Formats: sequence, structure tokens, C-alpha cells
Amino acid sequence: MKKLRRSMLFLPGSNAAMLSTAFVYKPDSIMFDLEDAVSLREKDSARILVYHAIQNPAYRDIEKVVRINALSTPFGLKDLEAAVRARADVIRLPKTDSANDIHELEEHVVRIEKACGRPVGETGLMAAVESASGVVNAVSIAQSSPRLIGIALAAFDYVMDMQTERGDGTELFYARCAVLHAARVARIDAFDAVFSDVNDEEGFLREVELIRKLGYNGKSLINPRQIELLHNAYAPTREEVEYAERVVVAAEEGEKAGLGVISLNGKMIDGPIIDHARSVITRARASGIRQ
Amino acid sequence: MTKPLEALAAQFPHLRELHAFTGANTTTPYLADADQRVNRKICPSLEDAVRRSGLKDGMTISFHHAFREGDKVINLVLEKLSAMGFRNLTLASSSLMSCNAGIIEHIKSGMITQIYTSGMRGKLAEAISRGLMERPIQVHSHGGRVHLIQSGEIRIDVAFLGVPCCDSFGNANGTSGKSRCGSLGYAQVDAQHARNVVMLTEEIVPYPNTPVSISQDQVDYIVQVDEVGDPSKISVGATRMTSNPRELMIAKRAVDVIENSGYFEEGFSLQTGSGGAATAVTRFIEDRMRRKGIKASFALGGITGPIIDLHEKGLIGTLIDTQDFDAVAAASLAKNPNHIEVSTNEYANPSAKGASVDQLDIVILSALEIDLEFNVNVITGSDGVMRGASGGHSDTAAAANVVVVTAPLIRSRIPTVVRRATTIVTPGESIDVLVTDHGIAVNPRRKELTERLIAAGLPIVSIEKLYDQAMALSGEPQPLEFHDRIVGVIRYRDGSVIDVVRQIKE
Repeated sequence: MKKLRRSMLFLPGSNAAMLSTAFVYKPDSIMFDLEDAVSLREKDSARILVYHAIQNPAYRDIEKVVRINALSTPFGLKDLEAAVRARADVIRLPKTDSANDIHELEEHVVRIEKACGRPVGETGLMAAVESASGVVNAVSIAQSSPRLIGIALAAFDYVMDMQTERGDGTELFYARCAVLHAARVARIDAFDAVFSDVNDEEGFLREVELIRKLGYNGKSLINPRQIELLHNAYAPTREEVEYAERVVVAAEEGEKAGLGVISLNGKMIDGPIIDHARSVITRARASGIRQ
Repeated sequence: MTKPLEALAAQFPHLRELHAFTGANTTTPYLADADQRVNRKICPSLEDAVRRSGLKDGMTISFHHAFREGDKVINLVLEKLSAMGFRNLTLASSSLMSCNAGIIEHIKSGMITQIYTSGMRGKLAEAISRGLMERPIQVHSHGGRVHLIQSGEIRIDVAFLGVPCCDSFGNANGTSGKSRCGSLGYAQVDAQHARNVVMLTEEIVPYPNTPVSISQDQVDYIVQVDEVGDPSKISVGATRMTSNPRELMIAKRAVDVIENSGYFEEGFSLQTGSGGAATAVTRFIEDRMRRKGIKASFALGGITGPIIDLHEKGLIGTLIDTQDFDAVAAASLAKNPNHIEVSTNEYANPSAKGASVDQLDIVILSALEIDLEFNVNVITGSDGVMRGASGGHSDTAAAANVVVVTAPLIRSRIPTVVRRATTIVTPGESIDVLVTDHGIAVNPRRKELTERLIAAGLPIVSIEKLYDQAMALSGEPQPLEFHDRIVGVIRYRDGSVIDVVRQIKE
């Protein structure tokens, strides 16, 4: 079954208290941040904390993503060494502007994997697009490596680059569509940007509804309180699940009877509809029924 | 003819003790004075009230703690008693808070030599834990305090009761005047049982002051003071609302437990009490009640704003209130007819003719520590220092159908689930479910409850598993080292000694 990536919880790598408990919230992925959430004087201690935290069995069942500092900084390579050696599932590269950024990262990852005895190719990569160049180059970035599991839009730097500011979503409209299309071309996952006002549940849910309908796999989150809201929004409704179950039953019966085309309540059911019905049931198993 | 009284005695010897009429106001001389007739209880100063109360060295004084951290009465009265040179007093306050740190000096001076309380916080608690007092403090539950008073162990000589306003006879409530604390449930007990009641009031209002929580028949003296309490500080500390995702998660799980406990039916009853997660439970339960289409018959406690909200939405029929935890609850007591004030006796006294806790279905409680036998500690911290209160913990736990303890598995790096509780306040036999952020453990004594919760798909694990998880994260804490000397006695609600607190070695 394909890995679900609805929720990617950001965790400041320097916050030991959060590192010791974050797994209880059971997001699909946790992104241990060594970059923007960590002050300059805590870069080293955060790296050491994250190195140990992600090896703790408590995090065994959660996808572990480490956001490293850009390789052009004094911290980027040290972060990468620590994360790959600690067996992070995925390295997230910030400020990815072109496929070359991923190629450069991948060369280092291969070298470290070999050095520490990790199977070459095991470490996944993820590109965060945070500039106009990144958005324009999204397709080539998304296709730059078989290691890429997804591409994410990071809004804060992007709107700065575009000489605008966060608003009702209009400012992100092109970028969201471009990044999503790039992900679909490359057959990888697409993640939307964080929604930073944790107390505005309604605003958060409006944004989730928008990106879910666009087709995003999930969203980066900055507070555990957003996880359940997100998962619930991604859960199918009772009506959707009941219809999907009827479709699957009808399809199975049709198959037994050797029918090529089947109908349910007078409507034709073909392959794509059956596939969709199965995915609804899978999502219901993972996310439950929408409350 | 002989005089009537002599004749009466001659014919009926058993009536010879009766005495003759000597004037309309022989026993009520104040009625002859227009001012004394109505104002005789009002004292010009606290000192005067103390003198008239007959307080002497070695006696017992009492207070209520409805103003919690905003209380001004205890410090004010003790300062005055100190200035008047009293010695060797027993202090029997319904509870003590961080704001009462001034008591330390009165213990050092020899004025306070014994304390009964539900709990302590702050510097006072630290000093007593470190051996400040010669005699150990007695820690009781709210219901247990009334039991100790009725059994005669606590004999209140003078109760000093702060109220926002009263009339010239002492009729008082906590819902009118400036500094409103709401229910006077604790004070009602003292007013009933104290040999002398001195009422401290911010304002004297026209007679009769209604509703009558403490009645004129219970009040001996009245003294007006600048302030009895700061209501804005009632909700500080123990009753905060939370935005903490971990507490919210624990609260959601607790509500899952309630919903699937078998007692979440039309007409159920609940007490959610104070503490971050417990208060959040109240917010989450509304959805579940609406979804199932049920209403609660009553909520008990310890009433908070979120409980008032459910009551005003018609989801809880009656509020049975012995203490208000915030201004919203205090205001509700004044305006909502089905918001009922009860004394702590009717709330939780095990020897009362009827305690409301006995009718309770579901209670949410907190814990500083809970051990593998489900024994709960709400008094001593991981450093062996007292920093909490017994409150209604053991009272509600003993009585309710489903007793749910909510606590994070680890606070910072301090495990909550421990091998053996440092201090036992509530016995494990009373505790049914522990809800943590790492999973839910059910007391093996409750087999049917375990089965129901497992059937509902909740993450049920053994308490041993939670303990192992806590140890894996925090490491095994070094055992605390205590002196032999006992600094605190933990009294169970029936007066028995369930545990003692010893002085910590440092």
C-alpha cells in the first residue's frame, strides 16, 4: 500500500521536550527541523538531539524527515551527515531552485550512505520549493532523482520572492498548481505550505479543503492540534464510504459473473470508478469516517 | 394565694427550676437600644471582633478557601492575631494556597502550632515539607474535613469567614457584592459547626440579604474590611484552560473513555473538576452528547465556565456546586435557578446522610503520580515536597461509577506512572481508568469496562506497559531519600490514616 502522507508535522530540532513526546500525535511524517526553526547558536545541539531522537524506537512507526540547512551554509553538510547516519527516512532540502540542487545533495547522500554502510538509495529525498525559480523549475526538480518522494511548497520565502504577502491564497494560486502538476508528472507526492495561525481552525480547514480538492497529498503542519483536523478533513464521508462499498461489491459480483461492464443503480461502473472506490475504502481505513 | 411560681413549684416539683418574668427585654437588652437592636453584631474593628469572639491561646480557628489564590482573609486575620499576641493556635482552613506563604512566620513565632488543610502550595508547602512544624500537618479531603469536624477531631472555636457582602445580621452569599466567589459550600460547614463565627465582609447591605447561604442564626460577629478576596485570582493555577496539544489529546481520549464506558446514557452525571485536561474534557463532551442525543442529569463539583456553558445550552439539567472555579461559574450561581449551592457536607462527606458524590456516574481526576496498583498521589511532587491538594479526589473516586484519571505520562522528564506512589492519597481500588498521551490503562478490577473500551477500539494497554514506556523515555528515577520524621499525615475521607509524608533528605 502506498505510504499515506497527509500530515507532516514540523518539529524544531532544538526543542528537547517536543522531541521526547511528538510521536504520540501519530502524524504520517515528522519533519525534524534543523533549519529555520533553530537559532544559529543552537545549530549544533539541535543536530545532536535530532540524531539521537530519530533513532529512538518510539519513532519507529512514523516517517522521519530531516530538514537540513542549505548545503551552502556551514551547517548543511554536517546536518546531512548526521541525518543519513541516524537513518532518517527522508532528507528535506530547503530552498530548492533547480534540479542541480538535488543532484548536488544526492552525490553527498551516496557518499555518506557508503561511508556508514547504509544501502545506497535507501535515503529518500524531498525538495522544498521556496522561490519563483523553484516554482518555474518544479517539473525538472520533481524529476531530478528517483529518491524524491515528494515536493513541497514553502510559502513564506516564496511570497517574499514574489514581492507579495500571505493572504487569501490568491498569491499562492500559480505556485500551488505548478508544484502539484510537477509532482503528478513525476509521480511523487505534493505537500502544501504550513498554515501558521494555529488558533484559526476555520481558516486552517478552509485551506485544507482547497488543497485537498486541488489534489495535494497533504500539508505541512506546525502544531499537533492541526493533525486530527487535517486527518478528519481528508477522511471520506459516510456516504462516500457506503457508496464505495456498494461499487466494490457490485464490481466483485460482476467479475464473478464474467461481466465486462456492470451497472449500479442504473449507472455504468468501469475501471476508474472501481479504483476510486477502492481508494476511498483505503482512506477510510487510514483516516476513519469524517466526523 | 401564694405567688404563681411558688404555687407551681409546690404543685409540680419538677417545674421548680422555672423562673419568673422580669421584663420584656431581660434576655434581649439590645432591643431597648434602636441601634443595638439591628447593629449589635457589627464590630468596629477586626481586633474588637476577635476579642468578642472569646478566642484564646490553644484554640482552633478556621477559614474557607473559595477565593483560592485571591484570598485576603487568612493573611489579614493571622496578622491581626499575631499582633494581639496569640499563641499555640490550630489552623483549620478548608485549604491553603501559594498566597498563604505568610503563615510561615506565624509558625516560626509559635502562633500556629497545628494545621488541618486539604492541601498546600508554594513556599508554605516547601517549608512544612522541610520540617518547619513540630507537629505534622493533617491533610484531609473536602468530604473528610466535614467528617473530622462532625466527629469532633476538628473543634472550630472561631471561624473567620470572608464574604463579599452581608446584612447587619450576617445573612450572606457569594454571588452579590463586589468580590464574588460564587458558592460558599466550604464556609457553610464552618458556619454550622463553629462555636463562634466572625464574618468579614466588604460591604454591609440592607436587611435581608438573599439568597441566604450563611444565615443570621449562624453568625456571631461582623466586621467590615477593605477586601476579602480578588476573584480574578480564583481561576489561577489549578483550573486553567489549555491550548497544549498534549492535554487536548488526553482530554479527547478521556472523552472516548466516557463515551464507551457504558455509563454515557440519557441522564448520566459527571464531575470534570480542575486541571488542564479535565477542563478540556468538558469542552469535548458536548459534541459526543449531541451526537448521541443525550443530556446529563447533573454536574457536580468544582464548577467551571465550560460546565456553565453546557448547562445554559440545556445539556446538563442541574449543577450541584460546592465551589466555583471561575467568574463565569460564580455569576451563573446568581442567575441560573438550577445551579444549586451545596455545603461540602452534602457534596462529599462520607458520614453525611446523603452526599451527592454517591449519585455520581463519571468523574475526571488528575494525578501527580499513579503507581502500578493505580494508587494516586496528588500531594507530593517528585522531589518529595508537598505541592498539591487532596481536594475531592478520594471522595469522588470512592463513590463514582467510572473514575478516570488523566495525566501526561511524563512531565518534562518526570514520569507520572511510577512503581510505587510517593504518597497515597486515593487508593488504587477506587481508580478505574488512567488516560495518558501514550495510551489508556484500565484497572484489572474492572474487567467489563476493559472489554467495552477494547471493543470500542481504544488504545488500551496495561499500566505496566505505560510504566515501561515512561522508564524508556525518562530513565528510572533515583529513589527519594526521606528522614524518619513525619511532616504530614494523609487522612482518608473516613478519618483513617492512608499514608504519611516524611521529611525529605537534602
